[in-house]
Amino acid sequence: MSNLTYTRSDFQSDQEVRWCPGCGDYTVLASVQSFMTQMGVPRENIVVVSGIGCAARFPYYMNTYGFHTIHGRAPTIATGLATSRPDLSVWVVTGDGDALSIGGNHLIHALRRNVNIKILLFNNQIYGLTKGQYSPTSEVGKRTKSTPFGSIDFPFNPVSLAIGSEASFVARTLDMDRNHTQYVLGEAVNHTGSAFIEIYQNCNVFNDKAFIALTGRAERAVNRINLQEGKPVVFGGSGESCVVMEDGEARIKPTSSVDPDQILVHDPSRENPSVAFSISRLSHTPHGPTPLGVFRNISRPTYGSEMQQQIVDAQNRGPADLDALFGSAGTWEVT
Amino acid sequence: MTSPTAHAEAGVSDPSPNGDITPLRQVTVRFAGDSGDGMQLAGNRFADTSAAFGNDLFTLPDFPAEIRAPAGTLPGVSSFQIQIADWDISTSGDRPDCMVAMNPAALKTNLMDLRQGGTLIVNSEAFDERGLAKAGYEDSPLMDGSLNQYDLIEIPMNTITKEAVADKVSGRSVLRSRNFVALGFLAWLFQRPLEPIITWTESKFAKLPMVVAANLAALRAGYNFGITTETSRSIFQVKPASLPPGVYTSITGNTALAWGLIAASYCAKLPLYYGSYPITPASDILHELARHKRLGVRTFQAEDEIAAIGAVIGASFGGSLAVTGSSGPGISLKSEAISLALTAELPLVVVNVQRAGPSTGMPTKPEQTDLLFSLFGRHGESPLPVLACATPSDVVETTIEAARIALKYMTPVILLSDNHIANGSEPWRVPDAADLPDISVPFASAPNGAGGRFLPYLRDFNTFSRPWAIPGTKGLEHRIGGLEKENISGDISYNPDNHQLMTDSRAWKVANIANDIPPVEVHGELDANLLVLGWGSSKGTMGAACRNLNREGYKIAYAHLRYLNPLPANLGDVLHSYEKVLIPELNTGQLRYVVRANFLKDAFGLNKVTGTPFYIGEIRDRILEVLES
Repeated sequence: MSNLTYTRSDFQSDQEVRWCPGCGDYTVLASVQSFMTQMGVPRENIVVVSGIGCAARFPYYMNTYGFHTIHGRAPTIATGLATSRPDLSVWVVTGDGDALSIGGNHLIHALRRNVNIKILLFNNQIYGLTKGQYSPTSEVGKRTKSTPFGSIDFPFNPVSLAIGSEASFVARTLDMDRNHTQYVLGEAVNHTGSAFIEIYQNCNVFNDKAFIALTGRAERAVNRINLQEGKPVVFGGSGESCVVMEDGEARIKPTSSVDPDQILVHDPSRENPSVAFSISRLSHTPHGPTPLGVFRNISRPTYGSEMQQQIVDAQNRGPADLDALFGSAGTWEVT
Repeated sequence: MTSPTAHAEAGVSDPSPNGDITPLRQVTVRFAGDSGDGMQLAGNRFADTSAAFGNDLFTLPDFPAEIRAPAGTLPGVSSFQIQIADWDISTSGDRPDCMVAMNPAALKTNLMDLRQGGTLIVNSEAFDERGLAKAGYEDSPLMDGSLNQYDLIEIPMNTITKEAVADKVSGRSVLRSRNFVALGFLAWLFQRPLEPIITWTESKFAKLPMVVAANLAALRAGYNFGITTETSRSIFQVKPASLPPGVYTSITGNTALAWGLIAASYCAKLPLYYGSYPITPASDILHELARHKRLGVRTFQAEDEIAAIGAVIGASFGGSLAVTGSSGPGISLKSEAISLALTAELPLVVVNVQRAGPSTGMPTKPEQTDLLFSLFGRHGESPLPVLACATPSDVVETTIEAARIALKYMTPVILLSDNHIANGSEPWRVPDAADLPDISVPFASAPNGAGGRFLPYLRDFNTFSRPWAIPGTKGLEHRIGGLEKENISGDISYNPDNHQLMTDSRAWKVANIANDIPPVEVHGELDANLLVLGWGSSKGTMGAACRNLNREGYKIAYAHLRYLNPLPANLGDVLHSYEKVLIPELNTGQLRYVVRANFLKDAFGLNKVTGTPFYIGEIRDRILEVLES
């Protein structure tokens, strides 16, 4: 695999990219294309599957195999593809409406089964393609075309949802931070099984600056909680804040107020998901200190490999053929 | 027992008793009892031993949707009907000639079907005060003379069972073997060999030797009850049928569908991927396929109907023979995804085992009410091929044919079955795998455009289908999807003329399949005034009614459709060459609608939606009515 030498242009299709100027999707597209040049997988073995929404146009811009499918259903199509073709690298590109509203059922089941697919959830907390309705991740009170008096829907925290769905890999990154995105993609690809990556993505037309707390020059130093495996969870410009586990939940404390041994050391490989879940609850919406990075990364057999193994095991028990099948319920001969 | 009525399927019967043996050409038997009484088991064993004996047969189970309704009540009654014959039959029979009623509820819900003068066998000990009350009888029908018109045989099955199994099992298990007493008695009455039943029982309950012993003791006790107490009664003899030579197996429609899919994957040289969500009456296809991993079958029980078809669309994109199966309500949920497969032009077989609807309807009862839904139940202009199975023994071939069309024409195909076919069984002549047709298609392997470009919508000149280029093929990376595609290049296109062209191309591709399927065959008296036209599971009954009438001298032609879209190329000419057309179907006139719309040919209908298959007599009466009109 290492003799594959790609440049970003090898992953760019001949289609004109038609997102709104300034959309965060451009940055993610460039990050993914750059990342795939180094991924070590032949281009023809990569498939990008999407549903419906702005982000779902993604496959058209990738010079890989691609399938733009139905609203919410991309995980199902990807499941069939990945389980019938374990040799492929299958990616799902989805949005907050696609994955969490109409497709919520498929998302949780794909994660629970640990199908070997990489799910990139572009969360812009708004419906963009249908021009500005609130989404399942929009904050309560949000005024949109469909909620002129403010949304009364309580939003999902996508990372909490994924962890609760038995996902084996859960991460969060930001469209603007290409290095962090590439780091998270690398971790996801090294993980065998479902990988869920929430990408905060700015919709500059319908929901601009939704993530300003994490992207603004002044705010980001204070609010980004960078999760790093094996390291104490401290954040703030000079590490003045930290995370501790207290009364069964993750809490933010001034670093100076706690014994250094009390600071939570991040370990995404914990089998029990409760600490990862607690960390995800530090922010319900990204308006204050918010964790980024890999929340959970555990090893579990994938659905596709188990499906394949059952076939191999059955075939190892002896040969089978169609004639034997036709005769298996007992036959009689008429002469 | 007198001769079967003229309504029965068959030719000439010789009903005259010959000593104490009554030879019959065919006989219909129904086992009816509580759903816990093991009637399906008894019926299936009776079918097996009859098949082993060499009869042709056709079975039809009928069971409640409830897993276990309260014991002894009317909703809890389960039944199994079988027709056995010494010739090639095509239905499970109209009115039973012989019926077993294990309790008053079974009697009450089934008696109206028993032929006048038919043989009625009851478990007399179930007709106690409690049993009668549960079934709503004020007086025992065994005592009040209401059964005088039948040949009533009362068997104290509880006592016989208890005595037979006393030294083998105890407590509540004792009466569980009652169905074997009934089966044993029927085996005597019809002179069936016991060996196939014994062999099956020993194998089925191999891990429970006490159960084997109890059931076989009960079986022999029932048989001996016939020998010792009914010596004056005539026994019935149905001789072996003269079926075409070959090796036969007894097969239900659902098993045949599963085997047909495995056979299609063999014929296509592609791995089979079956995605499904449990639903009555299609689940047995999933169960059967899940057993055959040794043959490389991948089954996926999805989280819902949409996921089931989504997964198989993904598997199709990846190069599998991809199939999803469900029943009406589930197919509704798949509708959007079928349109995606249709516009993405990916091969797919969508199995619909029809049941009585709308909504949950009557899930265990048959109907042919999804024809128009299959033809039109999608958004946008979205024609696709539709095929319908006719009988359990027709299913394997029709399934392979559905797969052939899907693969050759890169299109989803709807394959219709129904509850009657799915759970009914009949002998199927087993083909040699080597004799099955080759339905394989090549994957695209090299660029088809200038400059090494791959053009996913450059159509084949003959079939109009687009190339199937599967991921993993270097140089053919391309994108497909639900957005309208530009002809040839496959780029997204909103061009008005292109959308017209692509819509026309998809329609033409499907319409052109009419040139790749056999013409409709007309049977019977070809120069008749009346053509009886059917589709799906009414084939057997319709054919039997028409053959009987032809034999009696009535001029009738009849034809049956496997292909519902596109229709056979000669169908219009055939229809217009008859003054009258009669279409019997288990719906309110769906094929009639199609015939009128396509050919401006009016037709008479015979329509019912009672959750029961047609009786031969019903079709016969309607034919006579139409002939006289």
